[in-house]
Amino acid sequence: MLQTFFPLFLQLLMAGGLALTLLLGAKYLGPKRPNLIKRQVYESGMDPVGSAHQRYSVKFYLVAMIFIVFDVEVVFLYPWAVTFKDFIAAGSGLGVLAVILPFIAILAIGLLYDIKKGGLDFDS
Amino acid sequence: MTPQFLFFCLAIVAITAALGMLIARSPVSSALWLILNLFCVAGLYLTMNAQFLAVVQVLVYAGAIMVLFLFVIMLLNVAALPSVRDIDWRLGVGFVLGVALLAQLSYAIASSTDLMPAEVSLESTVATGSVEVVAKELFTRFAMPLEMIGVLLLAATIGAVLLARRVSPK
Amino acid sequence: MTTSLPLIALIGFGLINFFLISASLLVYAERKVSAFIHNREGPNRVGPLGLLQPFADVLKLIFKEDITPKVANPFIHSLAPWLMVVIAMTTTALIPLAEGVVIADVQVGALVLLALTSITVYGVTLAGWSSNSKYSLLGGLRSSAQMISYELSMGLALGSVILMTGSLHIPTIVEDQMLVWNVFRNPIGAILFIVTAFAETNRAPFDLPEAEQELVGGYHTEYSGMKFGMFFLAEYVNLFIASFVIVTFFFGGYLLPFQSFFAGGFPGWLLVALQMGALVLKSAVFAFIFIWVRWTLPRFKYSQLMNLGWKYLLPISLANIVIIALIMAVAGLF
Repeated sequence: MLQTFFPLFLQLLMAGGLALTLLLGAKYLGPKRPNLIKRQVYESGMDPVGSAHQRYSVKFYLVAMIFIVFDVEVVFLYPWAVTFKDFIAAGSGLGVLAVILPFIAILAIGLLYDIKKGGLDFDS
Repeated sequence: MTPQFLFFCLAIVAITAALGMLIARSPVSSALWLILNLFCVAGLYLTMNAQFLAVVQVLVYAGAIMVLFLFVIMLLNVAALPSVRDIDWRLGVGFVLGVALLAQLSYAIASSTDLMPAEVSLESTVATGSVEVVAKELFTRFAMPLEMIGVLLLAATIGAVLLARRVSPK
Repeated sequence: MTTSLPLIALIGFGLINFFLISASLLVYAERKVSAFIHNREGPNRVGPLGLLQPFADVLKLIFKEDITPKVANPFIHSLAPWLMVVIAMTTTALIPLAEGVVIADVQVGALVLLALTSITVYGVTLAGWSSNSKYSLLGGLRSSAQMISYELSMGLALGSVILMTGSLHIPTIVEDQMLVWNVFRNPIGAILFIVTAFAETNRAPFDLPEAEQELVGGYHTEYSGMKFGMFFLAEYVNLFIASFVIVTFFFGGYLLPFQSFFAGGFPGWLLVALQMGALVLKSAVFAFIFIWVRWTLPRFKYSQLMNLGWKYLLPISLANIVIIALIMAVAGLF
């Protein structure tokens, strides 16, 4: 079983090697004539004002939190999706449906709440 | 390469990454160390034939939770801690020795009582780690806990929205 | 599959090179198609029909100066493009190329694919943060919020395919489409998957991270030379992989049309060659659609994009998977 993952790791190694070669190429092949103006960050031609690392809208943070919740939900749905055919074949399809439909419904309520409360509005 | 050998390699990297997470002074490098640690843990699951758990570990922890961590670090602009050079090296040695002693004591206690986990052969885990087996247990025996998890997640969603709303004026 | 590791390594190496070359050809195709849509000529100086233009571009990028901003974090600034290329190239291992020819024959392949998609966010986020430029950071934030928002719908669309097939093993999912492609059994899932694939690859009309009128270059504003080239490469490799994945899950993958009726008498090598050809051809059609859409549709507003993802696609994909399950359980179809 573990052996089936080896080719994937092999591909990972080769991809890593390729990307490293490209990075080293970027480092050593091009000309090197740095100066302060060149190394400024771009701000439409003006001198940059302050640092970019400031506080940004809490909306992004909220999206990430809601994403975690639904990601966990979807992860629970995969085992169900894989075995649902077997459950139906064993005659217990409706029984499993009675387990998973409330689960989905509970989370659909959560999604509805988020939408109604404006947690996902980016207009303002 | 036996699974045991791989397990020890991954375990060493995981512990190194965990230490790196603690030692790193800038929050972003701490987060990167933690991501490496999470990948190692996924690898550990793989060596124990729990492939579903391994992939879910990457999907949920590395793909979702750490993204939130990075977001928070970037959005709040958490400053880097001052460098650790002024901390006494003897403190570090003491810490390592203390942890070693604790590990040894817990091992001794666990093996003299019956707290040690029973030995499981790797071959038998092949049958229990697959998605199918997980699902069959999850939707029959553990159906009620599953619904409770649903309710917990619902509470989390509502909590997240309320938290963010209280911050915004209006 | 009990093929030896050296052989698999060789196939993997070949595949990486195939994607490198097709990425440069895609850049050429994008410029030619956009020129055709704009009623222009497009690249036509370097080589016959301008075919060598992408290779000239690559050479130019290699010999450009690599500038790292003074305020940037140099390690993470290099780590981000590295991650993008590595993840894109690793994903290629999961696609079955022909019957019995797949590099990583993993039981939970479909989930590994999703996991790899979900960690692509890091490349974008870290690139945006490490540059310490306002345009980069805003581009990176927007882009990563967009990617995680559409990932859920993508996962659920894929979930509906898994539900019908009853397997996470990608070659099994392909073989399951021997008689009917999934797009005919699950059209809503197919549409959802294609739309979210556009969003995940940051392609128009979802290319807000690179909305040049607002954000200059988005998360790669501060990259130059080959590091910029690596983002560019990863973008086009991802585009092509997205086409391969769409074809694999919904359009019969490597299967030839009506293969079960005539392919029985074919020698093995011919079948494998034909199937690889079919896969590449079908994917090229989708790559063309990706390009076509970019030069036809205007870009979304950010609020529209988030609304579409959370308020429309996510509920629809949830409903889709529930309806399919009900049909399976009650009517016994699929």
